[in-house]
Amino acid sequence: MNSSDILISVRGLCVDYGLGDEAVHAVVDADLELRRGETLGLAGESGSGKSTLAYAITRLLRPPGVITAGSAYFGSSVNLLTAGQRELRGLRWNEIAVVLQSSMNALNPVLSIGTQFSDVLRAHRPDMSRADRRARSGQLLEMVGIPADRLSSYPHELSGGMRQRVMIATALALDPSVVIMDEPTTALDVVTQREILEELMTLRDRLGFAVLFISHDLSLLVEIADSIAVMYAGRLVERAGASAVFRAPRHPYSLGLLSSFPALHGPRQAMEGIPGSPPDLRDMPSGCPFHPRCGYAFDRCRSDPPPPLLELDAGTRAAACWLQDGREAVPAELALTAVDAVSANSGGRA
Amino acid sequence: MTIIPLDRTRTANGASGGTPVLEARGLTKHFPVHGHRGARRAVVHAVEDVTLALPQAGITAVVGESGSGKSTLARLLARLIKPTAGAVLLDGAPVSSRQRYARQVQLVLQDPFSSLNPVHNTRYHLARPLRLHGLASGANLDTQIAELLERVALSPSFAAKYPHELSGGQRQRVAIARALAMQPRVLLADEPVSMLDVSIRLGVLNLLAGLRDREGLAILYVTHDIASARYLADVIAVMYAGQIIESGPAALVTDAPAHPYTQLLLSAAPDPDRAEPPSLRGRGAPPNLIRPPGGCRFHPRCPFAMTVCADERPAAIEVAPGQSSACWLHAKGLTAAQSRPLREPGTEARPLTEPVTEAQRPQGPGEEKR
Repeated sequence: MNSSDILISVRGLCVDYGLGDEAVHAVVDADLELRRGETLGLAGESGSGKSTLAYAITRLLRPPGVITAGSAYFGSSVNLLTAGQRELRGLRWNEIAVVLQSSMNALNPVLSIGTQFSDVLRAHRPDMSRADRRARSGQLLEMVGIPADRLSSYPHELSGGMRQRVMIATALALDPSVVIMDEPTTALDVVTQREILEELMTLRDRLGFAVLFISHDLSLLVEIADSIAVMYAGRLVERAGASAVFRAPRHPYSLGLLSSFPALHGPRQAMEGIPGSPPDLRDMPSGCPFHPRCGYAFDRCRSDPPPPLLELDAGTRAAACWLQDGREAVPAELALTAVDAVSANSGGRA
Repeated sequence: MTIIPLDRTRTANGASGGTPVLEARGLTKHFPVHGHRGARRAVVHAVEDVTLALPQAGITAVVGESGSGKSTLARLLARLIKPTAGAVLLDGAPVSSRQRYARQVQLVLQDPFSSLNPVHNTRYHLARPLRLHGLASGANLDTQIAELLERVALSPSFAAKYPHELSGGQRQRVAIARALAMQPRVLLADEPVSMLDVSIRLGVLNLLAGLRDREGLAILYVTHDIASARYLADVIAVMYAGQIIESGPAALVTDAPAHPYTQLLLSAAPDPDRAEPPSLRGRGAPPNLIRPPGGCRFHPRCPFAMTVCADERPAAIEVAPGQSSACWLHAKGLTAAQSRPLREPGTEARPLTEPVTEAQRPQGPGEEKR
């Protein structure tokens, strides 16, 4: 894969809420790449900074949020973090569309669905005729499995799942190359969630957009994403292919998070999850923010800040953990490769 | 991480096998809807003829989607709302005194961010039920509060803390401690972990399992997450559109689901072990509960629907020891006319003609997470 495939490239991004000594470091030194057509899952618990990161790179961050360092390039030329409003306006929705967390409430309750579609098209495609806008809106709605005659419906006349589909359709209205989705299915029931995800994946394959899919549900991301980045307390702690994260996590937090999801099959076993709770960002522990909850922590974890993402397995994956810097003996469960894990698992399950 | 096999020797009917501690018989709740077009006395059929037994030292999970009536069922069992029909029996007998009932049956709510009063500390939250029920006073009070905190794995120092000083998991533990103050025998937990961060959910679930094992509590675990029900519960009851459509031992219901809706629910649940994307059989949305479909309420979506399914409500049929499914597919002796497929094979039903909108949903908390 060559570098021209990289759509969004984030380097050393830092975001604070507030200024000076009072500032809370919501995102610390984040590096991230999103490639053309890729689905990147961004996993983390509440307060881990996953939504803040997305808001920062789309410049939707509101005060008191402040971007304090880093760069985020769209393609090779535009730095999203320094771009002017005019340049941003050209990119937003045309190239980078966002489906927000509360998107079930993001629709305007007093406008029909059709009006909301045409607003988008009128703002970004001024040369489109009224009839063309109407036709395109109907086409978009049918694309997500809703009959076009629903254009005259108001949001309250639609179920939660349909409203979410409408949000996805509006995001795709201008054929963006990147769609950022912040917990798009969290408030929905499992069956609706699955239907929407299926539609989304079909559309992705057909239209070729890349997805940054933000979710707290790592088990869901493993199923739908190509690669996964895991965040904890504002830092990216692990990045790898989806099945590599699931089969062979290298960061103790990823391992703990995976063992927090009970399985749907196999023998029922007692699981421990992760002891303690996520740290308060106003009162962070010294060293690695995960060390108070980590079963593998040693002296260095308590004194030194965690390392940047360390490249592992010939650069195919990375983890930000002192256990992985080559000086320590890595515990067996954090040194698996995806291949070992598959054979061990298939042996165990058969 | 050490993996300890859980004690799963209990049968579907619980350890005792005798009278269940709490029992719902034919419980029905209809909520009136005002100003619904066409009908003057329209009601939402939120819970319909639900029979459920909570055995001592057993966890019964009620699994369902939003609007399935699972929270309404928990509220009926807590006697927060009055049933339209049916009875709630404690030790096999109805209880008339609200206070006596509350001593035995306690409810833990979904959202620990709103179920604790922000202007009062933990001590107040725990002392209040003890005082109101005359269970403790004076010096005894602090000892009891410390004991309660210990039972939910919090140190006595938490007594002085206010809700904003606690994490979500700690708040839910305080809410559970408050429910335990009366030494109840039944704990009704309505989505106790859905508002909590993923990494701390298991801690709270394990706490509930400990209360069952150490103290013999009968626990109702209401959830939309079938994987967590499989992990925690001894028995799973699956609700759809206000009715229990399948129930049985947890592992049996999830490994060998006998009702098409349970199968749909399992195929839709996130499962990283899955090699292939699942194929959903029975797409669409739950029915409008103001005018629920006749016969089996799942028949408009069911891939296996037969003529009889549209005409008559199926009774629960035992499909395996302890497992029963309210589905005509398991009935014997149907006539050829009754078992004729309702739709042409291969045509998937998409009955999205009338979606359930927010205004028509029965009252009760949704499943929205923050």
